[in-house]
Amino acid sequence: MIEHSSHTPLLTMLVVLPFVGAAVVALLPRRRPELMRLVALLFTVLTGALTVAVLVQFEKGQAGFQFVDHHSWISSFGISWTLGIDGISLFLVVLTGILFPIALLGADPHHDAKPYYAWLLILEAGCLGVFLALDLFLFFVFFEIVLVPMYFLIGQWGHGERTYAALKFFLFTMFGSAFMLVALISTAVLHQHGAGGPLTFDLVSIATHPGIALTTQRWLFLGFAIAFAVKIPLFPLHTWLPDAHTEAPTAGSVILAGVMLKLGTYGLIRYGLFLFPEASAYFAPMMVTLGVIGITYGAIVAAMQKDLKRLVAYSSIAHLGFIALGTFALTTQGLQGGVLQMVNHGLSTSALFLLVGFIYERRHTREIAKLKGLQKVAPIMAGVFTLVMLSSIGLPGLNGFVGEFLILLGSFLTRRWWTVVAAAGVILAALYLLWAYQRVFHGEPDEDNASFPEMKLSEALVMVPLIGLIIFLGVYPKPVLERIQPSVDALIQHIEDPTVGANQPGGTGYHEPGVANNGPSAQPEASR
Amino acid sequence: MLDLVWLIPALPLAGFLVLVFGGRRLGEPIAGWFATLMCGGAFAATVVVFIGLFNKSPDQRQFQQVLFDWLPVGGLKVQLGFLVDPLSIAMALFVTGIGTLIHLYSIGYMHGDPKFSKFFVYMNLFAFSMLMLVLGNNLLVTFLGWEGVGACSYFLVSFWFSNEANASAGKKAFITNRIGDWGFMLAMFLAFASVGTLTYFSNGSNVGLLDQGTLGHLTAYTATAIAALLFIGAVGKSAQLPLYIWLPDAMAGPTPVSALIHAATMVTSGVYLMVRISPVLAHGYTWLPATIATVGAITALFAATIAIAQNDIKKVLAYSTVSQLGYMFLAVGSGAYVAAIFHMITHAFFKALLFLGSGSVIHGMHDEQDMRKMGGLRKYMPVTAVTFIIGWLAIAGIFPFAGFWSKDEILLNAWAHGGSPLWKVLWFVGLVTALLTAYYMSRQVFMVFFGKENWREAATAGGEAEQSAEATAAEEHAGEEHVTVAVAPSRHDAHPEPHESAWTMLLPLVVLAALSTFGGLVNLPFSDSSRFLERWLAPVLETTTRRVDVPGVVQFALAAGTCLLCALAIVVAARVYLQHKLEPVEPELFAHGWYYDESVSAFVGGPGEEAFEQTAEFDKGVIDGAVNGVGTLVRATATRLRLAQTGYVRNYALGIAVGAFILIGLFLTRAVG
Repeated sequence: MIEHSSHTPLLTMLVVLPFVGAAVVALLPRRRPELMRLVALLFTVLTGALTVAVLVQFEKGQAGFQFVDHHSWISSFGISWTLGIDGISLFLVVLTGILFPIALLGADPHHDAKPYYAWLLILEAGCLGVFLALDLFLFFVFFEIVLVPMYFLIGQWGHGERTYAALKFFLFTMFGSAFMLVALISTAVLHQHGAGGPLTFDLVSIATHPGIALTTQRWLFLGFAIAFAVKIPLFPLHTWLPDAHTEAPTAGSVILAGVMLKLGTYGLIRYGLFLFPEASAYFAPMMVTLGVIGITYGAIVAAMQKDLKRLVAYSSIAHLGFIALGTFALTTQGLQGGVLQMVNHGLSTSALFLLVGFIYERRHTREIAKLKGLQKVAPIMAGVFTLVMLSSIGLPGLNGFVGEFLILLGSFLTRRWWTVVAAAGVILAALYLLWAYQRVFHGEPDEDNASFPEMKLSEALVMVPLIGLIIFLGVYPKPVLERIQPSVDALIQHIEDPTVGANQPGGTGYHEPGVANNGPSAQPEASR
Repeated sequence: MLDLVWLIPALPLAGFLVLVFGGRRLGEPIAGWFATLMCGGAFAATVVVFIGLFNKSPDQRQFQQVLFDWLPVGGLKVQLGFLVDPLSIAMALFVTGIGTLIHLYSIGYMHGDPKFSKFFVYMNLFAFSMLMLVLGNNLLVTFLGWEGVGACSYFLVSFWFSNEANASAGKKAFITNRIGDWGFMLAMFLAFASVGTLTYFSNGSNVGLLDQGTLGHLTAYTATAIAALLFIGAVGKSAQLPLYIWLPDAMAGPTPVSALIHAATMVTSGVYLMVRISPVLAHGYTWLPATIATVGAITALFAATIAIAQNDIKKVLAYSTVSQLGYMFLAVGSGAYVAAIFHMITHAFFKALLFLGSGSVIHGMHDEQDMRKMGGLRKYMPVTAVTFIIGWLAIAGIFPFAGFWSKDEILLNAWAHGGSPLWKVLWFVGLVTALLTAYYMSRQVFMVFFGKENWREAATAGGEAEQSAEATAAEEHAGEEHVTVAVAPSRHDAHPEPHESAWTMLLPLVVLAALSTFGGLVNLPFSDSSRFLERWLAPVLETTTRRVDVPGVVQFALAAGTCLLCALAIVVAARVYLQHKLEPVEPELFAHGWYYDESVSAFVGGPGEEAFEQTAEFDKGVIDGAVNGVGTLVRATATRLRLAQTGYVRNYALGIAVGAFILIGLFLTRAVG
């Protein structure tokens, strides 16, 4: 699957560049916060440009990994520096590249600029590393690196209960990671044992020739799945998220929701479906159920939140539930929808967090009851909020709908009754967001809100790329879908391939529906 | 000419985009004129496409235009494309036609509103969405329009959002509609899972869901399920029982919105959808059409009873709309698709007329909506009065106005359906509804345009009475707080004489009055050659429409009998509300809408919210509580194990490593051994 080529090591540059940026920021004089902001911005923009360069050069129609960089690292343990990108990770990488400059511009640290920007840059490097790593151990390293900057961002630049939130976030994730570390090392060792050859942590070679007994694979899958379930987060491992989101500074929330939650869903695809196809099919009912619980439960709890930011945080649980559902539907529509929804959620929830951040900057409160009638005093901000909200609700023509629709359609093919429940999440999403909108933006502004300042130009400019993408992906998602599709189709085939696992009768149970153009010879409907 | 179809939605879309960015700069009235022009352009484009279609032979009257692939995923090949056929063009004609008139009317109605240009932003977006709904060549494009009109409805109902009641009404409309959309979405999934397509009729890249060949692959069971799920969507959008509750509240929006969205066009899209997918409906079990007809008939009667006891001029019309939509579903269930479309068109004429007329009254009365404070207005607003009276006769089913013909068609089809006695019952329900309709509309006309000039008393009675009256009006959450700074003298001036409205408002009234008078001409029942609409729609609906065979005498007797009874209902209403010889019968039960909406609100606000609250408490207490409990436990234990806390990272690392190795060891022995 890996095509070795001797091009410029784009992906390595992508991971290294933010690290360099962090180092440069660290070397700048402490008294020049605006210079740090500029340098940090420069590096995130450069990294973003590099991700776009990868997007442009990415060859569509190819399922395998592209731009693969392979260097041996700790060769005695078979650990290597292997980076690669395919249709599944491509847009997550681009999303990361776009969101970091936006997060940086959209919020100000107010104090201790140097460590703030340095941590943000390290965070970006870590996130990109997770999406690009094709070596189990390298993946784990990046997965853990991400934790540290986020811990400090919440703990130092957060609000209110920030220490509690940061610690909770850290401990929860570490708890999951412990299981993953064990599963990961066991996987490599068992692979060596079963398939022969030297010890290796290479993802592709393990996935294509696992040499691990199916029942063992299931245990290993669970080890990985716990770590990812915490990260996503899936019910009932989600309670770190509202605290972390609410107390994090705006940029932290944007990155946490926009990028970091996807480390979990991405992990489930790459280190779940791809690495343990049979186990994924085996546990699919459980994962789908957790997804559906997330969709409904997250929405219901979101509706009752009194803090606007907390509400958005709980809405993330619902949205990520959709992604879990689509992923474990094990259909091409569901999986593509899931991948797309990761990007969509990254765009719309980041935008929501930025907007909540703007409101907080003005009113120093996020309490819904204290906000009122803002549409009258800030119609432009209200308009932007409305658009983003409708994207989050899943209005056709905006990005959120495309992902949700594909997920539900795909899951309907294999998990009909789960989908019937999940589709009701669309009603609930309208309920909690419109209700919140009404309380915050409608009505007559009271004394405290009457002098609420309208959106500034700099804030509007930060929102422009997000809004542009929200509309573009809703109207014309084809360029994205056609790049995701080959990799997803290959993955579905991989799951159904009996040599690697899912040789249970019917495989995923998924068949492309349809009747032939010319009549009744196609498969009869009753057989489904 | 047919390939100009993309222009039909493109013009309002262009209008929307221009107004979003430049509406404020264009200002009043240019923004309004521009929006009207764009909608009028769409009408012109529709006429051109219509002529193109008309010039083809009937079996050639279908054309699809695909703009681009919207959602190409695996076997799912959803395109953004348009379907031009007699049905979609008939819809597009009346949507753009009435839309243009109402845009024009709004220029006068919204005069002086600080958000004048914003209003037209939404109006053009609505026109675009509605046209996507009507012209889409597959279920998903229809759904795009379906949700789009829902969003516009939300924006426009809560247009004067400073008032909490308006904001709540908008939210309620959107969420209630979403319940229906749930059904619509599942229908799409089921259709795709069964036949792998969402496209209506086959084209180069897709099989057609409605093609006979494809339907052959559907079991009756699946076809019924798809149609039933789509009907759930239609119940939401077209305000039928049990989801109608949003529509009366939606009257909080500006009156042109009520006319365009909540009477003439959007609320009929459920009917359109059912007619569009009639081949699927016909392919399923017969209990479903019977159910649809029953829901329609019950809703028609139910809403009509409520309408006789309303005092808000717009509420009467709102319940009347729910009732008339019920008629259309009765027709759909009877398999009388042409009658459903026929009534949809005539209803669009006369109900838009009545709403715009009521807007003119509200405007002339300086934002008064309570009919008890009106009376004798025909002297002061002659044009409004005459046109409103024409609308009244049309909806009351009086010969020869438009409503007579279409209503008659529906009742006839129910009467002649045969099969089970259910249909005779439904016919009877329809008949009673017709009488009630004639009665409550007469009540409205008499209270508003005839009789004593009650507004004089209301005005002279002064402060206190005024305030209490306002309080009642607010209670009935009429909530129209229209700004009429420039035209109207303040409502607190003594003797604010009602005044006739500006020409931009009167012209649409006159045009719609003409259409309400002669609208029946499009489908006169005398011979096959006079049934223009039926012949026009035949290529689409011929195979699914149920033929009725009733002798001409019976037909005539039914029509004449119904008409006479309706006339009698008017006479009774005149005795009650004009001559005051009879006591009005306005039971509390009806005035409160059978307490249905109130019960739903009480449930949602009571046990519903309580359940949500409990879930949130559960999350906080149980789930997160468990987490924090573990934390506390650990801390408690840790005080004892403090000695191990050396503070050196290397010691922790050692601990982690040892632990990990033990676990790995366990794993390996289990797995290998």
